[in-house]
Amino acid sequence: MDALKQELKENIIEQLNLEDVSVDEIGDNDPLFGDGLGLDSIDALELIVMLDKDYGIKLTDPKEGKAIFESVEVMANYIAANRTK
Amino acid sequence: MKKEDNFYITSYCSIAKGKLHLNGELLYENDNSDFKEFIKEVYKQQGGKYAKFFKMDNLSKLAFLASDVLLMNENLNSEENDIAIVFSNNASSLDTDRKHQKSIQNKDNYYPSPAVFVYTLPNICIGEISIKHKLYSENSFFIFDTFNAEKLHAYANSLLLNNKAEQVLCGWVNYDEDTYEAFLYLVSKKGTKTHSIKEIITLYTT
Amino acid sequence: MSKVYATYNNIISSLGFTSSEVVANIHQQKSGLRLIDNSEIFSQPFYSSLIPGKKLNEVYSSIATKEKHTRLEQMMITSLNAIIKDSALSITNEVGLIIATTKGNIDVLEDKSSFPKKRAYLSELAKQVANYFGFITEPIVVSNACVSGILAIAIAKRYIEQGVYKHVFVVGADLVTEFILSGFNSFQAMSNKPCKPYCKNREGINIGEVAASVLITSDEKYLNEEAVEILGEGSCNDANHISGPSRTGEGLYRSIASALQQANINASEIDYISAHGTATNYNDEMEAIAFNRHQLSKVPLNSLKGYFGHTLGASGLLETIVGMHSLKNNMLYASLGFEELGVSEPINVIKETTPKQLTAFLKTASGFGGCNTAVLFKKVK
Repeated sequence: MDALKQELKENIIEQLNLEDVSVDEIGDNDPLFGDGLGLDSIDALELIVMLDKDYGIKLTDPKEGKAIFESVEVMANYIAANRTK
Repeated sequence: MKKEDNFYITSYCSIAKGKLHLNGELLYENDNSDFKEFIKEVYKQQGGKYAKFFKMDNLSKLAFLASDVLLMNENLNSEENDIAIVFSNNASSLDTDRKHQKSIQNKDNYYPSPAVFVYTLPNICIGEISIKHKLYSENSFFIFDTFNAEKLHAYANSLLLNNKAEQVLCGWVNYDEDTYEAFLYLVSKKGTKTHSIKEIITLYTT
Repeated sequence: MSKVYATYNNIISSLGFTSSEVVANIHQQKSGLRLIDNSEIFSQPFYSSLIPGKKLNEVYSSIATKEKHTRLEQMMITSLNAIIKDSALSITNEVGLIIATTKGNIDVLEDKSSFPKKRAYLSELAKQVANYFGFITEPIVVSNACVSGILAIAIAKRYIEQGVYKHVFVVGADLVTEFILSGFNSFQAMSNKPCKPYCKNREGINIGEVAASVLITSDEKYLNEEAVEILGEGSCNDANHISGPSRTGEGLYRSIASALQQANINASEIDYISAHGTATNYNDEMEAIAFNRHQLSKVPLNSLKGYFGHTLGASGLLETIVGMHSLKNNMLYASLGFEELGVSEPINVIKETTPKQLTAFLKTASGFGGCNTAVLFKKVK
């Protein structure tokens, strides 16, 4: 699980072009949206593409994403339970 | 004297061929041939602190930085500024269009990115600048074959004469196949350098 | 300053190849939207209104030259040809050409295209259209997201007022391509049913295809039956987000205020609003908020997206033309797909096509990049 979380943090920084953020700065339970990393609606859509591309998980309702993208911890748990690749 | 002769170019800026100029003065020079590296260095050198900068496409980065440099001495209000934006170029958003097209070319690796797609419109860079500087004003993005001073001149005059804006940020921002060119100028109701077609061409070509 | 008018007009669409034919179909509440299941265009079925290829080919062939034109160029040339003929205006150095498009010949980037990639440059597209008709002045392309079509009308007016032109032909068109469909799909913005603007049950947009053109002039000799005076216009930015509509409707609110001030009329003099209504949750909500801030909640309003889908760079032009016919026919056309109000502020969505004496209307549009445009029109005859 720790490896997945580490990988997720790297992917989030890469995919969302968070140039000024390092892996150590993202806590497992830090909120990704709002005050946390300051992600916005386009980032949420981009994370949906990432889930599909890297883990074979298809989300069709952006509202589902809201709960899943709460933190790296929540995302990692969801991916571990639902990944197809 | 016609009313439109009472407008002035109060500031101008260019980014091209590894050089950043403001009002004719060289502010920064770097011979890094990679645009992404070059523009990042310009951003850092200008003391950039705007995380969203790194999410922008090449055209937006270019337009955004040129505007930032030009507007930094304008004592902008933090709430709102009545500055219209009238931009033009030749390649529209083709650089990013090609990226999006590439992402849908291969059916076995088909992952179009919303963060790329949103930049497949040239006027997104106007949106970025408007957000940063709180410009709730007039916008237009024109595509011309080459820099067209006459059309920009007439359009800026129209906006100022009809009180659509207090100032107009005009110019050319083009990014295409690793060549980039930004030339922006600010037209105001007070100043010394007359806003004329001849003056615009002089500033653009020197 | 002399008055500027919108006059001769044409629409090339799934609902017909002349404005009157299209408007007659709208009167009957016929939608041009169909389920398209064609993997050549998109991997999944989608609702869209496409210009029938066979008919386009027929009409275009009858006016074709030896120059080979892309589908989009054929659409633009066919539409523009109709109004240049109808107006009998000769192309001189006082006549401008403005082209409204978001993506132009974007399909030439596909591997299967037989046209050179160079054709994807919007100035190349403009040259093709301008050369066909022998325009003397350099064409202007307006590419300002989904407000391009209505903004092009405002720009034509402004250039005429500045004395740059006496007349301007405005043509707008965009294609339904995989480029566009895949992009809006990645935004999770597409509805897999015919779209339902402002409705509680709306699920998103459909993308559609039209070519539309209109003559903008200051010369009263060229006014036709549908002619309207362009009273005022405004195009303001939300300064909020590059894709998400403003929660306060700021840019649209300011655009309308700017148009009203220039027109020197009161919001209460607006008889009808031809709104944007893409049928996404946030867009429709944003519009309702902006209209309410101007006390326009009781003014009859429609979105024409239920007939054509969102026709991108052409939409504002298309919808202005239908609005001109609305004024001429004194008819409010139903906002197709609407059943029950699904926005938080009251707006008066037109449920049934109804006759009403009309004098002035407001056309609005909003798009990516936080752009908005509002233009006020008034009947001439």
